[in-house]
Amino acid sequence: MDGDAPRRYHAPVWSEPLILELTSPGERGIVTPAVDEEIRKAVGDASSLVPASARRRRSPGLPELSQAQVLRHYLRLSQMTLGMELDIDIGVGTCTMKYSPKVNERLVAGMADVHPLQDEETMQGLLEIIYKFGDVFLREISGMDAFSFQPPGGSAAAYNNAVIMRKYHEVNGELAQRNEIITTIFSHPCDAACPATAGFNLVTIYPDPETGLPDTEALKAAVSERTAGMFITNPEDTGIFNPEIDEWTKMVHEVGGLCSYDQANANAIMGVTRAREAGFDMCFFNLHKTFSSPHGSSGPGCGGVGVVKELEEFLPVPVVVHRDGKYHLDFDRPNSIGRIRDFMGNVQVVLRSYAWCMAMGAWGLREAAEVSMINNQYLEKKLLEVRGVTKPYSTEGRIDQTRWSLEKMKEETGVGVGDLNRRVIDYGIQSFFTSHHPWIVAEPFTPEPCETYSKADIDYWVSVVQRVSDEAYSDPELVRSAPHNAAIHKIKSTPFDDPDRWAMTWRAYLKKRGKR
Amino acid sequence: MKKPNVHPYIPNSVPEVKEEMLREVGARDADELYRQMIPERLLLKSPMDLPDPLTSELDLRRHVEGLMAGDGSCSEYLSFLGGGCWNHYVPEVCDVIASRSEFLTAYAGGVYSDLGRYQAIYEFQSLIGELVDMDVSCIPTYDWGAAAGNAVRMASRITGRKEILVPKTISPARLSIISNFCDSANKPDGIIIKSVGYDRETGALDLGDLEDKISDSTAGIYFENPSYLGVIEPRCEEITGMTHDHGAIAVAGVDPISLGVLSPPGEYDADICCGEAQPLGIHMYAGGGSCGFLASKDEERFVGEYPARMLSITDTEVEGEYAYGQVRYERTSYIARESAKDWVGTTTGLWAIVSAVYMSLMGPRGMRELGEGLLQRSHYAARLLEEVEGVSVPFRAFFKEFPVNFDAAGVKVSEVNSRLLEEGIFGGQDVSEEFPELGQCGLYCVTEKHTKADLQRLADTLREAL
Repeated sequence: MDGDAPRRYHAPVWSEPLILELTSPGERGIVTPAVDEEIRKAVGDASSLVPASARRRRSPGLPELSQAQVLRHYLRLSQMTLGMELDIDIGVGTCTMKYSPKVNERLVAGMADVHPLQDEETMQGLLEIIYKFGDVFLREISGMDAFSFQPPGGSAAAYNNAVIMRKYHEVNGELAQRNEIITTIFSHPCDAACPATAGFNLVTIYPDPETGLPDTEALKAAVSERTAGMFITNPEDTGIFNPEIDEWTKMVHEVGGLCSYDQANANAIMGVTRAREAGFDMCFFNLHKTFSSPHGSSGPGCGGVGVVKELEEFLPVPVVVHRDGKYHLDFDRPNSIGRIRDFMGNVQVVLRSYAWCMAMGAWGLREAAEVSMINNQYLEKKLLEVRGVTKPYSTEGRIDQTRWSLEKMKEETGVGVGDLNRRVIDYGIQSFFTSHHPWIVAEPFTPEPCETYSKADIDYWVSVVQRVSDEAYSDPELVRSAPHNAAIHKIKSTPFDDPDRWAMTWRAYLKKRGKR
Repeated sequence: MKKPNVHPYIPNSVPEVKEEMLREVGARDADELYRQMIPERLLLKSPMDLPDPLTSELDLRRHVEGLMAGDGSCSEYLSFLGGGCWNHYVPEVCDVIASRSEFLTAYAGGVYSDLGRYQAIYEFQSLIGELVDMDVSCIPTYDWGAAAGNAVRMASRITGRKEILVPKTISPARLSIISNFCDSANKPDGIIIKSVGYDRETGALDLGDLEDKISDSTAGIYFENPSYLGVIEPRCEEITGMTHDHGAIAVAGVDPISLGVLSPPGEYDADICCGEAQPLGIHMYAGGGSCGFLASKDEERFVGEYPARMLSITDTEVEGEYAYGQVRYERTSYIARESAKDWVGTTTGLWAIVSAVYMSLMGPRGMRELGEGLLQRSHYAARLLEEVEGVSVPFRAFFKEFPVNFDAAGVKVSEVNSRLLEEGIFGGQDVSEEFPELGQCGLYCVTEKHTKADLQRLADTLREAL
């Protein structure tokens, strides 16, 4: 192989039909256990047990396929998924695409058949793990006092915190007055959408256009007796750490508001700086990002919530507590917000996170943070050498990730980030995360080289961006017409906004194409 | 603080490599860089106080497996627990696909790189559509409660009305989730939840009470089939008809494992359907297997109000190639932030793929036979239990779950369950506090995992215990 030159790659092309097209009448993929003859005799025909009006009239149009054929189909689909473990997934910033240790999958398999309503006595080990992940690890990492793992994702945790904020002000009799939540435009969209869904009005603060720093003057103007609280990410999606974050929380507290910290971008600050010292009342970590649980094709995840002592009474029930030498599920919390999700949430995600932290220890967590941060500085140095790539905003330091721009390349060659994103796949690299909306930075992309990636990985990844840049300046059509080595070609039509043409199920597709 | 030299999860922890990279970026150490970005006053002054790491994989495994060694599960115990998480059989092929690295660890790649993931999720939407007999579905949400919460908020937005009717038999946990979705910091914006009673004889929805409570202020009625208490709803068509007469939205909540035999929401003209996909090939994971789904009629007024991402099929420059894309993506909170239709985030993608595998394996015949078997086993179990003195079963038309009453035996459900536990049995969930009017009741769930001998063992043990 030629040093760092991008390798020749081609995605598997199985041209795989939809499973519903593969159906072969009469075949079956699995046989369910037969009902004992004595049971049949005793209760009679199953249809006699269902009121006539409630019986299914038409059989469901599910596929009929033998087992090997079903397996083959989904294996082919998995092969046509680049995912993250086969490639160098540095491009998906804010998501912390870190390695999910395989041993943790074996540990999770050990709890596959646990029912959430089992007697506590039969779940002491699992409850201990949940309790200690909060009380030992997240307590030290965040400085918060009490924890809940019921929220099943980052956005769900943001919603959980919005509901806690609502309840807190309601209990204090100030909810009617406090109807505003402050966020910043470079905080995750859930920090705006979740409080809005909970009924709050949003005030969004934009950064200083020159430095990219969160605008403290704008916050001063925004806080008032109407402020219910603040929902904010730090470092923001630009990678910039708000150096006045403790001033911000102080200003919100001074007018009577609460501060919720979205720690989606916490990977490079573990053991470095904490929610507590920054003055936050609540925070949440994405355990499927920072704490190594696999992303699962977008879930199941977990938003691990931490709160200060004063807010503990509002946490969703049940809360895992340690009393009299045993672990218990505590439901007796009159001021609890109730439930955000059924049962205890995605506890298998907590188990993986606990195992990961046990494998890391204090040194390992801090090392993961340091290496992630250094990786990003190194990536910056390399990317700044690529033609057409610029780093918006004058603030130098970016912690875990950096928001970059291809605006220059777009102006000079017509090749923008959408084209780049299709072309990198031809070199076996996962497409990038661009930016949440609105695009404040033009033609954005946001790589995050977390601790999983080696120096050689980063060098390779940059070599792909370098190659695509060379192509953009020499043969832009090659990039614009990409992908060339993917499982499919460029999408032709976009029926996604047209009720007559969109088809969210195969049966709708057949109807709209006149085939059924 | 124990300092291993190199960590297997961190390639650049090799000291020479780390130093080389620091040299490249012109820094002496990490602290120097952090100090340039984070004010001194916010930097932690000392290392975190945490347990020493178990960097050896074997040590880690011993530690965690040791912690859980004393735990029990539905593999060792004979379990009759249900109530929103059910002990159904998971075919081996489901586990094989669930553990495929590509699906397990993928996240946010685009359709060109992750085509197979998009197709698998699209197939989930399509198969759910077949099962519930509706033309639109979306990527899954967290659990049944979240799906129901999304659905009733959709109904409110579509109608511009602020009142939702829900059955009194709803799971209190699910109702709590829905309440959190419906309440608002701005009280007049909140959705008011009113409860509709049930027929004490049959356990089905009380249509007289529904008639009394439904009005032209009703945004929608959310009803369940089967209900949380397991009862099959015999008058779904009348419920949706009454709902539509008032210009309201009919939202049906279903257990999809019932739909091989029970009438699907599309057949009784529900507008939106929601439910829990966990029975479709997903292990329980102490509640971590939950996976909510939503479906609806294919009308713009419904599609425009979904909070979740949804995929449509489309074509590419090459004839015959399928691709997939996001429908009306700008309505989601990823784009619209605070102006979005609710919020959306990372949900349960892996479970959607697994349940697509399950539905494909089962086919129409598997779903029918499984449903029939659940009906027969659960009714047989109910008969055996009723033969035990002091035990009664209040409702007759149920699917796989049914309350079992111990009033005549003069014991509390909690006592019954303690005695069963001693014999290695998880008795039905105690619902005596949730539904005091039913007396001392446990909610029993029977699945295809139960053999005749298992059911007999339950009855015999109860006979001994009471």
